[in-house]
Amino acid sequence: MRNTLTIAHKELRSYFASPIGYIVLGFFALLYGWFYVTMLSYFVRQSMQVSQFGGAGTMNVNLVMLRPLLQNVTILLLFLMPMVTMRSYAEEKRSGTIELLLTSPLTDLEIILGKFLGALSLWAMALGVSLIHIAILFAYGQPEWKPIATAYLGLLLMGGCFISVGLLISSLTSNQIIAGMATFGVFLLLWVVNWIGSFSGPTVDGVTRYLSIVDHFDDFAKGIIDTSHLIYYVSFISFGLFLTAKSVDSERWRG
Amino acid sequence: MIEVQHLTKRYGRVTAVNDISFRVERGEILGFLGPNGAGKTTTMRILTGYMPATEGKAVVAGFDVFDQPIEAKRRTGYLPETPPLYPDMTVKEYLDFVAKVKGVPAAGRRERIRQVMERVRVADVADRLCSKLSKGYRQRAGLAQALIHNPDVLILDEPTAGLDPKQIIETRNLIKELAGDHTIILSTHILPEVSQTCERVVIINKGRVVAEDTPHNLTARLRGSETLYVQVDANGADAAGTLQRVPGVTRVAEADRRDRAVGYEVQSESGHDLRRDLARAIVSGGWGLLELRPMHLSLEEVFLSLTTDEAAGGLESAETTPAGEEATHA
Repeated sequence: MRNTLTIAHKELRSYFASPIGYIVLGFFALLYGWFYVTMLSYFVRQSMQVSQFGGAGTMNVNLVMLRPLLQNVTILLLFLMPMVTMRSYAEEKRSGTIELLLTSPLTDLEIILGKFLGALSLWAMALGVSLIHIAILFAYGQPEWKPIATAYLGLLLMGGCFISVGLLISSLTSNQIIAGMATFGVFLLLWVVNWIGSFSGPTVDGVTRYLSIVDHFDDFAKGIIDTSHLIYYVSFISFGLFLTAKSVDSERWRG
Repeated sequence: MIEVQHLTKRYGRVTAVNDISFRVERGEILGFLGPNGAGKTTTMRILTGYMPATEGKAVVAGFDVFDQPIEAKRRTGYLPETPPLYPDMTVKEYLDFVAKVKGVPAAGRRERIRQVMERVRVADVADRLCSKLSKGYRQRAGLAQALIHNPDVLILDEPTAGLDPKQIIETRNLIKELAGDHTIILSTHILPEVSQTCERVVIINKGRVVAEDTPHNLTARLRGSETLYVQVDANGADAAGTLQRVPGVTRVAEADRRDRAVGYEVQSESGHDLRRDLARAIVSGGWGLLELRPMHLSLEEVFLSLTTDEAAGGLESAETTPAGEEATHA
């Protein structure tokens, strides 16, 4: 465990020793802010229309504004996460530091989990930045905190899925660019895989919807923690990390 | 301390290391010599647990590198061919990270890092980024990394590659200092390095051990006879005949001639030191003895004769391969 944290700390440090950490956090904050402003404006206009027509009560800020806002965050994940994970193994292999890690008294699992936690911490930081906007909503309105909490849990888990895929792809190459592009491609595929659903039979629809990382987020955004989605995310992450471990191990045998 | 038994490593169809066996005793420096691509790095990577062997077994500090990798790695320091530095860390941060992953206890960690930095002389660049280090400092930081957890065994892959002559000497001296506390294997293709630093040499070629002995014995054994170089001022007379008559001399050949000074190569049966007799013969002949020294076959020549095919036959007849199995495999 201590070794895992040492690696995680090293990973996190390296994000901020290079511009990557700042670029990811910076663009995340900028784009999240842009989504926020857009959604808020939409919400304000809708609220005014409702009151103009003499509607009683206020509109649900969770439903009208926050749910689409947080669903849009998945797009940011799609674009930003390859930048975070692409170097994790590829760079170590290119610079030869992988020899240091693999000849240190560490297990492969400790190294992989360390890298995973490092990247996940960066994603958590990005999500942390976005909480400032949520805090502003709480200052001026009465949103419900529970759906927000579940949505953030969902975002964190979804980020974990992307990271586990990113680590796997990064462990397959020593070229960061290839790792980044391939990761992006796979993310995109996982994102659009359910699009075929409405044009196909129920079987294909079911399978593709189940595979789609984004579909499983919908319930989290609604404020529901459904164990089936939780299990999906957790097993997705575990499977990704397992394959990464196999990839690192096979690299060893092949030399 | 290190025991390698019938180690074989195949990459697909390519056999990088073929049935290598050797031992290194505690506190010894073993030179691992071979041309590029001979299998040095592969062997070292197996010993450090970086990759598994296809066949055979390696025991480091009492632990099998395959069955108990963590224990073996705890006791091994490894400097790969390119020092594994993180460019975005300062030397101090880097050593702190390595110390943590190598399991140096938190209590004495700072002190240990300070000591190691002093020892390999990187203290003056402690706060510089690894990416900004010169080649010499990179190599030393790499060495510091290998030493940080005070391992029993040090495995150094070409530790002096790319250094300037002064740094090479410093590094060699440092390695010699380290022997005793540590058991060291160092690989190199630079031959003087071996004769200067190592107590024992394993020469490998095409994945096989072709010779294993002390640098001195290797050169002596390969020759099979002793050769002396004698330079005589014989006033123009031919001293060869006189030298030839000294008992024990098998052959005399003129090597060079400069004005009145003539140099001869005098061969004798091995085990006979004829220097006194030769000196007496020359002096009693009334000539001037200008130079008299044993001629060593340089390690370069030994190496070339061992690693090129034509000479391999000659080697076997001279029985310089201590590993008798060589002949049976070939």
